[in-house]
Amino acid sequence: MGRYVARRLLQMIPVFFGTTLLIFMMVYSLPGDPVAGLFGDKGTDPATLAKLRHEYGLDLPILQQYWNYISNILFHFDFGQQIRSGREITDVLGSAFPVTLRLALLAFTIEIVLGLALGIVAGLKAGKLADNLILVLTLLIISVPVFVLGFIVKTVFAFQLGWIAPNVSNDETWGELIAPAIVLGSLSLAYVARLTRTSMAENLRADYVRTAVAKGLPKRRVIGVHLMRNSMIPVVTFLGTDIGALMGGAVVTEGIFNVKGVGGLIYESIIRREGLTVVGVVTVLVVVYLIASLLVDLLYAVMDPRIRYA
Amino acid sequence: MRGAKSAKWVAGAIVVALAATACGGGDKGDAAKGEVDPNGIYSIEVGEPEKLLQPADTMESNGSIVLSGLFSQLVDYDADGKLTMVNAESVESKDSKLWTVKLKPGWTFHDGTTVNAQSYVKAWNWAANIDNKQGNASWFADIKGFEALHPAAEGAKPTGTELEGLKVVDDNTFTIELANAVPYFAYKLGYEVFSPLPESFYKDPAAAGEKPVGNGPYKFKSWEHKKQIELTRFDDYKGENKAKNGGVVLKNYSTVETAYEDLKSGNVDVLRTIGPKDLPVYRNDLGDRAVDQAYSAIQTLAIAFYADQWKTPKPVDPKVIQGLSMAIDRDTITKTVLQGTREPATGWVAKGVLGYTPNATGDVTKYDPAKAKALIAEGGGVPNNEISIQFNSDGGHKEWVEAVCNSITQATAVKCTGDAKPDFQADLQARKSKQVKSIYRSGWVLDYPVNANFISDLFRTGAGGNQGGFSSPELDAKIAAADTAATLDESVKAYQAVEKDLVNYMPSIPLWYYKVNAGYSEKVQNVKYAQDGDPIIEGVEVKK
Repeated sequence: MGRYVARRLLQMIPVFFGTTLLIFMMVYSLPGDPVAGLFGDKGTDPATLAKLRHEYGLDLPILQQYWNYISNILFHFDFGQQIRSGREITDVLGSAFPVTLRLALLAFTIEIVLGLALGIVAGLKAGKLADNLILVLTLLIISVPVFVLGFIVKTVFAFQLGWIAPNVSNDETWGELIAPAIVLGSLSLAYVARLTRTSMAENLRADYVRTAVAKGLPKRRVIGVHLMRNSMIPVVTFLGTDIGALMGGAVVTEGIFNVKGVGGLIYESIIRREGLTVVGVVTVLVVVYLIASLLVDLLYAVMDPRIRYA
Repeated sequence: MRGAKSAKWVAGAIVVALAATACGGGDKGDAAKGEVDPNGIYSIEVGEPEKLLQPADTMESNGSIVLSGLFSQLVDYDADGKLTMVNAESVESKDSKLWTVKLKPGWTFHDGTTVNAQSYVKAWNWAANIDNKQGNASWFADIKGFEALHPAAEGAKPTGTELEGLKVVDDNTFTIELANAVPYFAYKLGYEVFSPLPESFYKDPAAAGEKPVGNGPYKFKSWEHKKQIELTRFDDYKGENKAKNGGVVLKNYSTVETAYEDLKSGNVDVLRTIGPKDLPVYRNDLGDRAVDQAYSAIQTLAIAFYADQWKTPKPVDPKVIQGLSMAIDRDTITKTVLQGTREPATGWVAKGVLGYTPNATGDVTKYDPAKAKALIAEGGGVPNNEISIQFNSDGGHKEWVEAVCNSITQATAVKCTGDAKPDFQADLQARKSKQVKSIYRSGWVLDYPVNANFISDLFRTGAGGNQGGFSSPELDAKIAAADTAATLDESVKAYQAVEKDLVNYMPSIPLWYYKVNAGYSEKVQNVKYAQDGDPIIEGVEVKK
């Protein structure tokens, strides 16, 4: 087990460098100059532009820029400065990530609780009315685009019923985040429900379940321990990658509900050609993905003893 | 996607219906109208400023609206474009070259230090110095000795630290000597780049940009990045434009639509603009709190004269461009596609500017398909019989560009396509590297309310706003003559003549003037919008 973890951690290094380099190159290959963009329609003189470009090292070859950037992160935990505002990118990330983390956590909780519950019910009652109802519901959620869902939630709950404020205020209280969290988590919720349902329905007919029932174990134990544990493997795989997706994929939801989180930050940074900020956010997200997938892999061994790591 | 769209419309209809009823209920409770709380605090929708709040480095509107509260300049203008004195007692010149500025005594910065002649001179010297990389440094180029502080060549070092033309006479007097006569120089002084700076600024300019200390009607309270900026009234302010409220919170919204929702639910008080989605309904929603007012900005189609199409085999005949201009049905497009948010232009100088002349273009901006066709034929036709209009697709321009194209094609059979760039950055890049293939959309908001700003800064050979490569020695000579006119009046008149003359060159096709389409909540009154389209924040009154 220890060796497996060590190997996985070592594998993270090339993945980390590979992804950050790719993102770095992609952002820098976008047309548009971040420094020239500072001056809008009216422009400024070339001398000032050259001076600014030099200050931010934008006149260096791209690989050297990448190396300067990554070495600063690794050795000094310095993500650099935003070109426009001059703010430290660590500050920018520090103000955006906690909000998104809370939003993602809420969405994740909703997704697990509701998704699993629906999936279990559907799986146990496969083919019955409850299963069909849940099928229709989840298919409906999957097929509606996020922005439409967000708009409907706002219209109904904020404008029609007046239960919630239409937008998240600057305090980002938990209460305000519930509506965006539901919108953000709903798609994954539907997937979790579908995955759980299929996996449960399939395992219900497995030998070990029949054995457990034959042994006379109480129904709660058969379902709760034997059936659930084995059926969770594909679900946990999905949940693991979804943590990263929730953190990074909130662009639309955060926009709709005016949440000042990572999603908006990525969007704005790309529009403003803030290469360093984009790479900074992505670097953090890559780390989140890597850790989440490691945890998922370790959980496999816990859930199914047949999967062992040497 | 079709399903998604219609769902959106259904939901939109519900919003409209709701807003209409909400509005009907609100109108009755207006009994307390007129009672004003002088210490009331209100909020405005403003985006996160792009840069540090340094007066000489801020040029986009999110930053400049904050600075307009924090800093007062020597002069300002009224709605007709007339000069008014703010921090200056007088700004005078006999020859338009040597200007004497007298300050009103007794003004202080927010930290208590005095505003004197030195505060201005030192600030301008600092801002003009290329080592400080201030984006608006070129505004000081009129002043004698600018090249020494701001050499034009890339990588060159400044050879001085002080502008030769700036001299402190006494505590409240200084003189500005210009390199050449500029009759309207006093007007430029109202721009934020000419703000004074307190002594504390120079110790750490970056920190001062995070927590600016100014001399304006408001002092800085706090800046929560990407969330809000708070300003409170500066009680010792000596200017006429004292804040009529206790302070203002500049709130950040991710989209104009979310801001509009918050306006309706009372979470924000003043908007600067209404999104396209809400434009059809906002007059109904807000009643007399809906703002629909002209401001001094114009949208044009600029010709990329360097493009092969217009250059080879021979330079394009202006008649062809006149023809294209007359093929555009401005009235219909502004009414339908743009939903009345623009007003057809009849000249190159926007309204509210000194020297604005109605109908400066004569009939070139009138829709006349027959004449358009005739003019294009007379001028030798559009090369390849095809044009394209470059625009940035992130700015809501696609619809009107298509409409303009349709109008041209229908009237003249010239093929016209939109050339979309993914965003404003890419659009600018193409303009700067001279890769525009045919025509590009362009716009201009006033810097100072004199017609020179809409002519000299756009059409002079090599001017900053002249990105289409238009060049005409005759016109340059006329502009130079207008710039050296003895008095402001003569200069303005000379520029009016130049504007009339532009018809013979057609450096761009004027399309329409911008309007402010905005609104405010029931909590505030006396919300006015300045010529640059921004609300005048110190004039807003908060109701009890």
